[in-house]
Amino acid sequence: MKTLDKKTNYILSAVFAGLVVAILVFMDSDRAAYSYPLAILQRSAIYAVVAVAMNLLTGFTGLFSLGQAGFMAIGAYTVAILTIPVAQRPAVYYINGIAEPLAEASAPLWAALILGGLLAAFMGFLIGYPVLRLKSDYLAIATLGFSEIIRAFIAAPMLDKVTNGSYGLKSIPGFPSTLMVFLVAALCIFLMILVIRSSYGRAFKAIREDEIAAESMGINLFKHKQMAFVISCFFTGISGGMLAVFMRSIDSKTFQIGLTYDILLIVVLGGIGSITGSILGSFLMTAGREWLRFFDDPLVIGGFSVPLFRSGFRMVIFSLILMTVVLYYRKGLLGNREFSWNGIYAFLQRLVQKGKHKKGGKEAKSHD
Amino acid sequence: MSGVTLLQHGLTGISLGGAYALIAIGYTMVYGILRLINFAHGDIFMMAGYFMIFAVASMPWFLAIPLVMCLTVLLGVAIERVAYKPLRSAPRMSIMISAIGVSYLLQNLATYLFTALPRGYPDIPFLKKILHIGDLSASLVTIVTPFLTILLTLLLIALINHTKLGMAMRAVSKDYETSQLMGIRINKVISATFAIGSLLAFVGSVLYFTDRMTVFPFSGTLPGLKCFVAAVLGGIGSIPGAVIGGFILGIGETALVALGYSTFSDAFTFAILIVMLLFRPTGLFGEKVTDKV
Repeated sequence: MKTLDKKTNYILSAVFAGLVVAILVFMDSDRAAYSYPLAILQRSAIYAVVAVAMNLLTGFTGLFSLGQAGFMAIGAYTVAILTIPVAQRPAVYYINGIAEPLAEASAPLWAALILGGLLAAFMGFLIGYPVLRLKSDYLAIATLGFSEIIRAFIAAPMLDKVTNGSYGLKSIPGFPSTLMVFLVAALCIFLMILVIRSSYGRAFKAIREDEIAAESMGINLFKHKQMAFVISCFFTGISGGMLAVFMRSIDSKTFQIGLTYDILLIVVLGGIGSITGSILGSFLMTAGREWLRFFDDPLVIGGFSVPLFRSGFRMVIFSLILMTVVLYYRKGLLGNREFSWNGIYAFLQRLVQKGKHKKGGKEAKSHD
Repeated sequence: MSGVTLLQHGLTGISLGGAYALIAIGYTMVYGILRLINFAHGDIFMMAGYFMIFAVASMPWFLAIPLVMCLTVLLGVAIERVAYKPLRSAPRMSIMISAIGVSYLLQNLATYLFTALPRGYPDIPFLKKILHIGDLSASLVTIVTPFLTILLTLLLIALINHTKLGMAMRAVSKDYETSQLMGIRINKVISATFAIGSLLAFVGSVLYFTDRMTVFPFSGTLPGLKCFVAAVLGGIGSIPGAVIGGFILGIGETALVALGYSTFSDAFTFAILIVMLLFRPTGLFGEKVTDKV
């Protein structure tokens, strides 16, 4: 089968990227009119970062961690505390007051994001020491436990002056533009792709395939697992920080186990072990929830109101779709392959050939 | 703290622990046989709570209890048939993801059918009777829970040790494929395991929600995870272990609440889990498992 040459590939990618930028700039210029699709796009881009970070662990290193929500919380609170304008802090912390050293501490958004990522990575480093020695589902449940412990600490009354306890943090300045969200997300994902393509990434994959064989090839198992975990935590923290900036107000309930499950389902939907799959998955899943919104509205056909359609039905349909994917399309959208223009091209070619085939068989049906 | 308050808290802890123990048995049995953390188990427990609300609203409680019991068992078995059975030969991660998916589905279904607002759990008249023993006052359910838990556990252990079904369960948990070759119908055994687990989850839900009074779509998540921790603590696969783990967690949690650290009561559970996994991954009563390479 014919494939596209390198040049066409680059041109297609550049055109696609240019198109995305153009659409975003266009929509950004009239924020009021496009606030709804913009919000969906921003959330999707943020979820894409954490989904790829989770995939780096689950799909490429074979470590099943369910601690995402906790690490996102660390990043989110760091960014929130550092970026809430100093003038507004007394209003945010009006009940408990703010701890002295934090009252004046502030940082620009980019520095706060990086710091949030670093703190999450450091936490991952500490947690990784004991936890990464565990196997598969024990690792999952232990990281899930840690995520809950982090949440409990955030909500604890002892830290009221830092995290504002159960009242949460408000007045976080939002992103200046959607384009910026996409650029930050793209940068993060690009960095993760670099990691996966490096020799470390190959070591991760070796560990995923067979730990014992990898070890006998001279790969230090624990060191590499720890490295994958810390890198994943770093980007999870960053995406948590982005989520805080996107939502503009957070509290400890934002980071419940449900958030981790959402990310996990994105990764599964896109295909475990496929970066582009995770990106595609996060856009589809975030947008899908909105597309299905008509299930929540009462439906009247010819004066007869269909009884099933009411608030909450959308999420039932949504979870049924997800279950179908989990049960019958276990590989997700892309399996462990990556999206490529060649793949699209081959797909189109097959389609055309099929069409031709049909045409030969049934002349009458060729017009549609 | 005076002696009476101490006793009062002790009673609450034991009662909570009893409910945890019953749910933990479901986790430990399923894990023992399928090596699967049944994330949906907590949601089965939540659904049992809802079924009870609606059943009691339309019929007397002595009819409602057996009906809801059957419904819960059916739900548990149906989940296994639909969501876990097709994945028997799939990698373990797939089954776990499927379990998470079922849990997600049940929560959304409950939100859709019963709305997200907490609903009052019905009073089952004789369980709510307040007893006074000296200065101590407790509802009957608090007193009954530990005894009922122990009774059910003994029955279950008898079932596992002395019946054909129990023997089949033990065989399947030891070696799944060999037992299939020996003529054990593993699908039947697995269904039976889910039925027993769901039955105990139903009893646990009656005891738990009678004390808590309200049910909402997410009220199964945290108790579910805690009970899994209880099962790990006792040694996964061991039924007496799960019961003791349940009591330890229930009492520990109540003690933290009594001391004024209620925000950490959930974290406490997971801290125990992590310490346990690090120092004694087989749990208190777990068998030594050698890793097959």
